[in-house]
Amino acid sequence: MSDSAPLTSDQPGQVASATPPAPGRSRRLSDRGLAVAFTSPALLLLLAMSVFPLLWALYLSFTDYSATRGGQADFVGFGNYTAILASEQVHLRALTTLIYVVGAVTLQTVLGFAIAYLISRRTHGRGLLTTLFLVPMMLSPVVVGLFWRFMLDAQFGVINSMLGSLGLGQVEWLTGQRTALISLILVDTWQWTPFIMLIALAGLTAVPKYLYEAASIDRASEWFRFRTITLPLVWPLLLIAVLFRAIEAFRLFDLVYILTSGGPGVSTETLSFHVYKVAFLGFNTGTASAYGILMVLVVIVLTQLYLRYLNKLKED
Amino acid sequence: MAVSVDEAVSTRPARDRTPLARRFGGRGRSVLEVALLTVLAVVMLFPVLWMIETSIKENRDVYAIPAKFFDFQVTLDHFKDVFVASGGGRSTLSAAFLNSVVVAGASTALATVLGVPAAWAYSRFAVKAKKDQLFFILSTRFMPPVVVVIPIFLMYRQVGLIDTKLGLILIYAAFNVPFTIWMMKGFVDEVPAEYEDAAMLDGYTRLQAFWRFTLPLLLPGIAATAVFALIFSWNEFVFAIFLTSSDSVRTAPPAIAGLIGGTTVDWGLVAAASVVFALPVLVFAYLVRKHLVAGVTLGAVRR
Repeated sequence: MSDSAPLTSDQPGQVASATPPAPGRSRRLSDRGLAVAFTSPALLLLLAMSVFPLLWALYLSFTDYSATRGGQADFVGFGNYTAILASEQVHLRALTTLIYVVGAVTLQTVLGFAIAYLISRRTHGRGLLTTLFLVPMMLSPVVVGLFWRFMLDAQFGVINSMLGSLGLGQVEWLTGQRTALISLILVDTWQWTPFIMLIALAGLTAVPKYLYEAASIDRASEWFRFRTITLPLVWPLLLIAVLFRAIEAFRLFDLVYILTSGGPGVSTETLSFHVYKVAFLGFNTGTASAYGILMVLVVIVLTQLYLRYLNKLKED
Repeated sequence: MAVSVDEAVSTRPARDRTPLARRFGGRGRSVLEVALLTVLAVVMLFPVLWMIETSIKENRDVYAIPAKFFDFQVTLDHFKDVFVASGGGRSTLSAAFLNSVVVAGASTALATVLGVPAAWAYSRFAVKAKKDQLFFILSTRFMPPVVVVIPIFLMYRQVGLIDTKLGLILIYAAFNVPFTIWMMKGFVDEVPAEYEDAAMLDGYTRLQAFWRFTLPLLLPGIAATAVFALIFSWNEFVFAIFLTSSDSVRTAPPAIAGLIGGTTVDWGLVAAASVVFALPVLVFAYLVRKHLVAGVTLGAVRR
């Protein structure tokens, strides 16, 4: 951007003006000083509230520290890590998390893109439609979780009531082993389909009109136009949205906590819910820290992927 | 499909030959699309409408089987219960709402004060390893809150910040700063650096040039960014439930979630509290709808 280089070349102009000539060196230094002064408070807060805690967790992950027992923390090496990686329980949670993340993100992407495509073909009422569709996304997961819990209630929930009046059977949405995970995926899809829709819509409206016009002069079929113009141009942005959602879904905690609390049994316990149980119900702080660090590693890999695609998108 | 031939190429005579068939094909498809969109919109909005409806229903209608969609008794008792305790005086929920206002407001102010100058510096100066720094900043925002909260909990216990508003304000500021920097950097990039150069030629220092010329131009962007930070802090649940316990500190999300703790749940009250809680968010989100894409992707995607 505006580096100090052009400033020094402006020197004669500055001398000619009424202001006292500033020596180039000190001006450059003050720019650097200003940059440090302006960025360091924010960086310090991040170091104190994000980096330091993670380093502490990293230290704890090599000990058998317990938050309730307190006292001496004994060094156990990689014991916590091997215990977690070998644990059947953790494998089960990892599978649950995978099903949930893949299921929810896939559904959201397909639905979100479809809605965006339909909206982008409309000429009237686009703004209103978009606004209406975006409502679920802005709600707090607490509100969303509570409300779906009410609607999916097996006895007086409105969903079963509607199924009943259609002559269909009742479903144990949140209390069945299989259905609970499906319900979780459905609720997450309900809340976050608008997110994909919003970004896909941004991509769709950015596709230059002349491409379609050129294609229609060539009498290209609609499917051909979609496949060769729309999809390739929207795909990079859509991929960003999908990765973003995947990271968010992997981190998700509040919806599980409110909607099912991991139950019935452990059928909806995701990794982040399991960490919470180990840390705050089992008070195995050392083990939970190792667990957390492993999750952070997964997030870092996903984030790197995300940032790489983001970078590519920005350079184009 | 018949509609694939665009109007742009169809000449008048051609239009006269097969107007009906094509017109009908286009219209029929359009009707189908509108119908599909309507159905999807109803599905997406039904839970919200049902929540509003439940919040104004008499209790016996709330639990009616089959569910009552239209013929129910309207009451505002649930909303009264949100703010007024059963014995008179202020309810714990209303105290929680007040706490939420304080925590969200203060953390947003802090994040803005720290984030906006940093964004300006990242936009204007050749900071060492700028890209790496920016990516590092954004990646702190992606840390799983359940994981971060474990060491934060221990840290706060050590320094006496557990169950305090200040503790919540600090952690919320920390997760809003990356967002503020990324979002604001986009806005600063849009203001030409030449303005500042010109001001400096007139004898202003760099700092004065920022304060007197760039900052006023950034105000709309700062407002939009602050609104998003406000929404994020307002909706946050994980840190709030683990770092606070007393009613005088607790924010609204854990307080509302606490309503379903007992054996019987007053769903009318839950619905009313949810409506009161969600309404300001929807209003604010509507105000910043132009910046929604950048806002929800944490300032990463700008269109």
